[in-house]
Formats: sequence, C-alpha cells, structure tokens
Amino acid sequence: MSDWSRAASALPAEDRAAEELTAPLETITGNRGLEIEEKLIFEQGSLGRSGVDLVEPPAFEARLGGLERQQAIGLPGLSEPQVVRHFTRLSQKNYAIDSGLYPLGSCTMKHNPRLNEKLARLPGFADIHPLQPVSTVPGAFALIDTLAHWLKTLTGMPAIALSPGAGAHGELCGIMSIRAALEARGERRSRVLVPESAHGTNPATAAACGYTVDPVPGNPQGRVDVRALKAKLDTDVAALMLTNPNTCGLFENEILEIADALRAVGAFFYCDGANFNAIVGRVRPADLGIDCMHLNLHKTFSTPHGGGGPGSGPVALSAGLAPHAPLPWLVHGADRLELIEHREGKAQQAVGRLKGFHGQMGMFVRALAYMMSHGADGLRQVAEDAVLNANYLRVRLESDLSPAFPGHCMHEVLFDDRFLKETGITTLDFAKALIDEGYHPMTMYFPLVVHGALLIEPTETESKASLDYFAGTLKALAAKARRGDTAHFHAAPRWTPRRRLDETAAARQPCLRWDPAAVDRRVEE
Amino acid sequence: MRYLPLTDLDRGEMLTAIGVDSIDALFADVPPAARLDGLVDLPRAMGELEVERAISHMASRNVAAGSVPFFIGGGAYRHHIPAAVDHLIQRGEFLTSYTPYQPELAQGTLQYLFEFQTQVALLTGMQVANASLYDGATACAEAVMMANRLTRRRKAVLSGGLHPHYREVCETYARFVGFELDALDPAPGPAEDLNELVGRDVSCVVVQNPGFFGEIRDYSDLARNCHDAGALLVVVVTEILSLGAIVSPGEMGADIVAAEGQSLGNALNFGGPHLGLFASRDKFVRQMPGRLVGQTVDVDGRRGWVLTLSTREQHIRREKATSNICTNSGLCALAFTIHLALLGETGLTRLARLNHAAAVALAERLERIQDVRLLNAAFFNEFALRLPGPAAAVVDALAEKGTLAGIPASRFYPDQPELADVLVVAATEMVTTEDIDRLERELREALA
Repeated sequence: MSDWSRAASALPAEDRAAEELTAPLETITGNRGLEIEEKLIFEQGSLGRSGVDLVEPPAFEARLGGLERQQAIGLPGLSEPQVVRHFTRLSQKNYAIDSGLYPLGSCTMKHNPRLNEKLARLPGFADIHPLQPVSTVPGAFALIDTLAHWLKTLTGMPAIALSPGAGAHGELCGIMSIRAALEARGERRSRVLVPESAHGTNPATAAACGYTVDPVPGNPQGRVDVRALKAKLDTDVAALMLTNPNTCGLFENEILEIADALRAVGAFFYCDGANFNAIVGRVRPADLGIDCMHLNLHKTFSTPHGGGGPGSGPVALSAGLAPHAPLPWLVHGADRLELIEHREGKAQQAVGRLKGFHGQMGMFVRALAYMMSHGADGLRQVAEDAVLNANYLRVRLESDLSPAFPGHCMHEVLFDDRFLKETGITTLDFAKALIDEGYHPMTMYFPLVVHGALLIEPTETESKASLDYFAGTLKALAAKARRGDTAHFHAAPRWTPRRRLDETAAARQPCLRWDPAAVDRRVEE
Repeated sequence: MRYLPLTDLDRGEMLTAIGVDSIDALFADVPPAARLDGLVDLPRAMGELEVERAISHMASRNVAAGSVPFFIGGGAYRHHIPAAVDHLIQRGEFLTSYTPYQPELAQGTLQYLFEFQTQVALLTGMQVANASLYDGATACAEAVMMANRLTRRRKAVLSGGLHPHYREVCETYARFVGFELDALDPAPGPAEDLNELVGRDVSCVVVQNPGFFGEIRDYSDLARNCHDAGALLVVVVTEILSLGAIVSPGEMGADIVAAEGQSLGNALNFGGPHLGLFASRDKFVRQMPGRLVGQTVDVDGRRGWVLTLSTREQHIRREKATSNICTNSGLCALAFTIHLALLGETGLTRLARLNHAAAVALAERLERIQDVRLLNAAFFNEFALRLPGPAAAVVDALAEKGTLAGIPASRFYPDQPELADVLVVAATEMVTTEDIDRLERELREALA
C-alpha cells in the first residue's frame, strides 16, 4: 500500500466525512504543501539500521561485573537522511523569532545573533572540560571575569553569582543568599512579600526556601500599593521580590521609597530582572536600592530560548550579600584569577553549590559577544528602542484595544479584554486568530491583576515597518471582533499544523510517551 | 548598530506619534536620582570582526580537549557528535523559538520533546520522563525533594559514590528547603552497606551507577529493602551512555532516576549547558518537577502534543508548585534526541561497547604500572586508580606535557588525605591507542 492510501485509510469513515466539513484544506495525505505530516521516530525506525557508522570494537573481556544489559531498549534505527528529514519537518511546524515578530510579554523574544552561536562553538570553549587543571583554561576564566565585569558595571552591583541555570534558579540563589545573610546576623524571618502581579516563579521560589508568601496588592496605576506594602513591613519580613519594570510594563516610580522602607526594617530588596531589557544602560539597579537581582541572559542578552532552554540566570549581589554567593567563586588573586571550589578562606560563608561545575559557559560566551557587539552605547540604545517600540504600539492600538493602565509604558504594553466585552470572544480566541494572521500571540492572562490580559513586548529588534504591519493586523482583528464575527475567532486557528488541541483530555489521561501497546489497542478498536 | 533596525528618522517619527519630544520623556517614571545621564564605563560598540577577534583570543588560551590525549570524565564526557546534530539544532525554528505554550505554533518542539521523554524512559527503564531539567546535579536534588513529598518524610541517605557536586547541591537545597541528609563518605573500592541505613524515617536512598569512582553495582536488593521500609530508591546516572551496556535502573527497581544527558549530542562546554534527565513511575507523575509533554488530539481529531499536567507548575500553582523550575534545557534535549535517533539501538549499544573496550584497554595498561592499583571490580568507561603518591601532582605534571590524565579526587575532597592518591580516569571512543600509549608512558615517567 502506498503512503497516501495508508494515511487516508487510517481515518475512520465518519472522521473523514467530518473532516471534509471542517478542515481548512483537504488533501489525500494530510500534508499541506510545504507542511508535511510526520510520524514519530518510533513509528519509522526498524531494528538493525543506524545513522552512525562505528567501528567494531576489538575482542576484549568485559569487566561489567555480570551486569550486562539483557533486554532490548526498544530504540528505533534510522539512517542519517531519515533523521535529517524528520527533524527538518518538525522544525517547520514551529514559529520562531527567525520567522516573525514574537511579542510575548515578559519573555523578551529578540533577535539571536549568529555570531554568538559561532563563538560559543569554538573548541576553546565548547571542547574544554570543567575539571581540567585550572592552568589549562585561563581563557575560560578570562571570559567569565569579563562577563562579570560587564554585568557588574551595568547593574552597579559589586558581585555577581554566575552559576544559576536559569531565571528561576537565579531567584533561588538570591533568596538563599538573603536567608544566609539573615542567619549570619542571627535572624530568622518568616515572610517574603510578593506583589500579586509577580511571575509565578517568585512565590514558588520563596516557598521553596521555607518562607511564607505574603501577597502585596497593586494600586490603580498598575504599581505596587506602597501604603499596603508598608503596612505589611516588620522585622519578620525577609525580603520583597519585586519585578521592575513590573509585569504590567510599568516602572515602579516609588521604588526608592520602597527600598528605604525595606531597609528601615532590615529586610532585603530582591528584584526580578526579567525586564532588565527596558532599562539596561539607562538605570543601574544598585541606584534603586536593590540588594539582589537575577538577570536572564536568554532575555536581555539574547542567548537563544531554544524552545525552552537552556537559559542562564546570573545574580547581581550587594556588598552585604556577596559573602554568601554560591560556590564556585572566581576571584582576582595576586597575578591571576583563582577558582575557589570549597567553603574556605574568603568563601567561608558561601551558600554551597547550586549546580554542577561552573555555570552555563555556553551562554556566557553568547551573552558577552552580544554585549561587546552593542557596547555601552548600543546597550543604552537597546533599552531606548525597546521602550520606544512598545510605546509606539501602545499609541497605535490604544483606540482599538483597551490599555490596562493610562500613560506611557516601558518595554511592554498591557491591554485587558474590555475591548472584547460583549463580543463573545475571549482573549484566547483573539490570540488564536492572531496565529492565523502569521503572528505568535502575545502573553495572555498574565499578569493576573488585569482581566483577560494581553501583554505585548515587541523588543528593539523589530523595525517600524514590522510594528506598523502588526498594529494594522491587530486593529483589523479588533474591528472584526466588534463586528460580531465570533465564528471566525472561535474556529481559529485554521492555518496551523494542528488546530486547537484538547488540553483537558491530555491532562485527564496523560499519555507522556510513545507506547506501542496503546497504538495496537487503537488499531484493534 | 547591526542588530537595531530603527533609524534616527524612524525614531523621530515614532516619538512624534507618541506625542513626546524625546526618549527621556518615556523614562520619566525613573526617579531622577537613579537616571544615568551618560554611558556606563564600558567599551563602545564593535563590529563582528572585532568581537570575533577578542573572544577567539580568549578561546585560544585554553587547551581544547580534542588537541591532547584526554582522559577526564567525572560527570562530563567527551564523545563524538555526528555533524547532523549541530546542523539540525541550529535551525532557527528550533533555536529561536520559545517554550511551547502555544501548541498550534510549536508542534515541532512538542513532538521532539515527546520523543525525548520516550527515549529517556526507555533508556532508564522507567515508565515516564519529563522534558528535562538544568543538569544532573539539580535533577538529583529535585529527585530527593520529590521523594520527600511522596513519602512525607524528610531524610535522604546519600551514597558515598554520588558525584560530589551532586551531593553538594543536595546539601545546599537541604539547608534552605529544610530536609536532612545522611551522606556517606566517598568510597572508592568495596561496597557500602546502605541497607543498614534505611530506617522508617528515610524518604529515599540515592546511589549513583556507575558510581563517581566508576564502580558498577547491582542495586536490586537495596531497592527491595527501600520499598520494605517505605522509602524510595533514587538512582543517579552521570554517564547516560552506560545504559547502552548495563542493566537499567528501572530493571533494578529504581523509583526515580536523575541523570546527566550531556554525553549524547552535547559538547563539554566547560560544564554547561548540560542536560538534566528525570524519570520515574507513572503513579508518581503528579509529583514530578518540570515540564511534561502529553499526547492529545485537536478539534479535527488529529494527533498532536501539548504541555500537560501544568497544575504542578509555578506559573499555575505559584507557591504551591512542585518546583520553581521554569526554563529547562530544551535545545540540549533536542541534541540528545537527534543523536540517539541517529544511533538507534544498534548504534547506542555499539558505542557503549566501544567505550567499555577503550576503558578496559586503558585499565589493563595502567594497572601493570608498579605500585598503581585499580580500585574497581567492575566499571564502564571510567575507573579509579590508587597511585603511589598524590594524584594532583601527577595530573599537573602530565598537563605540563600536554596530557589531561584524569581527575585527582583531592580536587573534590581536599580535606580527606586518604583520597589524595586517588586518580579517576575515563576513556571514551575518542581515545586512540596512541593516547593510551602516551598516558602509560608519561604516568610511568611521572611516578618513577
């Protein structure tokens, strides 16, 4: 049987009939031009085939202690052309910054320069082992030290902990350092204040470190309610975790007052630096009274998101927290950089290790290449253009969508769903219709403090023409919604490899791996 | 600036559209005392050529593993990565996409993660695997915390064969998250008796196989003893390739597997990014940390994939989440998936055999050297030697000659003089017979 007839006959007759009515495009194969249906590797491979040619090992006597694997693993065998085609086809089912504007608020989806990829792959970085004698890796230490210098200069902070693997890991590092500093002065505090608009990682981190999370309400202007915050402050508060600019895309204009109030009760000021892109080169967090801030190298400093990682989450620390930075430390010695891997000497009070080895070196190379490319002048321009682009979208859209808060925004602009009121169309429907127009949706339903949130972050790497086209699309969609074309929105998306997926079913009966038995059962039915 | 599309003309037009005179007006909410008027004290912008020159210079000062005879493992292994792997992961649709929260636009990422989860489950012999964590060490700490939640106990026993960094990460989490550890001393050589320690207050026992000193052991009895005491067995694997040759943790009765997946598809990268693997039993899935991809159908009844069971995760559950983890190691997982797809069952098992053959050949040569003693009864591609003197000095002497001979145990355990003479040596398929000849010769010279 040929592939296409097998594909067609795999569908039960009634499904085929239903599909003729609803599917946006009917083809014999299920393929749609450039977009090809692709089975799992487990459904394509066969035993005995391999895409890697390896020499036959010489005859030798195994020393596995009788623990040789007895059972087959069940991995499919594919040739190199099959593998290359498989993953190429999969890639074509993804949206990416390389293919278009990716306005995910709070995620900073900016262009990922390819120079950075090239440099991270130099054998002098990619092919060095973390446990080589330190005398054989002076260039690696020089790179880490240079990166640290740039990040310290940009934040105004005296120390930087580089080992955290991502932003949330950086938060953990920061809150652990804060707890260590409190314990060093003989204090045990029990609460961490977290604004209601915070990223979910903030309360999760505070709770993981043994703190009770105490939510802080916002004010009508989309900032922290400073009076409510002050009412919660006492000597039982370990820290405030504040995102600035906040997740509403607004600068916390009373931040110095907040910092003073925290200092007055001996609490620490943690800043979630997810939105550092808005202020890099224009504002140093140290000048805002911040004690501790994580930076997402995969946001502000352009290391690729890679479909969900790897990230890197260095943490800038004040002088008071620096002695508690996690291991390992890289410090300036008499004539060279010294690596401290144990709690000894200067590092006596260090929080222990948070991760294996020395941190995300591959990301360090990329981030440094990014910063050196921009320079002090270019980084400041990054913040300015990011803020300019977001505000330009704000004014282009304010009469068609409903801005959540009045006035200028920083690098991202927040709308609520009032503009969809009584249309029968939700934020989700609106976003799915945007997919059909060729855009990745904005961040939806976050932050939680506004109803049906749509958070748009264009970043500085979009041109004015790109923003105009995007704004035009959103305006036209909003008009379509106002006209009552609800069916269009409810049916969206139509032009994607898959249409809306049943997430409830996925969670109710989880199928988390390919299972030949399950496939057999389906065929029998 | 080559990455910034706006021209000054654009900027002017946009400011006019916004209704402000200058960009400064958009930063008006910044308190005046905190505004930087000028540039920070850092170099100005550079062209691609200049950046490449500066950073390449730093790279050139390091001794790349591929340029010398190289025998270092210890949780990061140098293997050959087929050219197709790096080519495919650099496709922009993979490299520059976000976490697949919008499944209609991310079926590519979701499908490969589903394939990845399946591969990890098969390799480890477990029922279910997540979409990756940061690295093996953090996966290990997450495994202990998951066992604590499942058993409602708060004390974990750590084998002395656990990688010291994994142990240290567990210690950090234990201190701040609030649980107890009973960590055994590092133990090259004879087996520890862990059974004695599995009390009714123990949530899990954590063992590593092959152990940090390379020893392979059967933990089936320990698994039974753990289960009898209501505890879980966590098996750590830092060399995932070993599972192409030896009995899997699942077959031994492991409840949770925390592993490092760098060996497949991923370069050494000076220790990061690497790839945390995490697998367990179906019945524990709702206590697992990290993202999970699940199969479902779309409105047309066509098979597709979504992120699922996210009610465990921080963006939904906030302070009640199973873990605070958000970003994982997506692209490293893709490299792993592609490499393993290329290898297939026959390729993987042959690669594992090649590694074991190289290590056996090396061990046979080195244990012949006078006063050098092999400490392992069984091993995969790494083993421990006791030298007649401090291993660190030997490693430094050989590094001077251009051979990276292994890891002196003292680097991890500076306060344990009984380990000062222990050297941990690895041999993968990358090691040639000339490399082995040279290590043997230089080791003899250094010890003479």
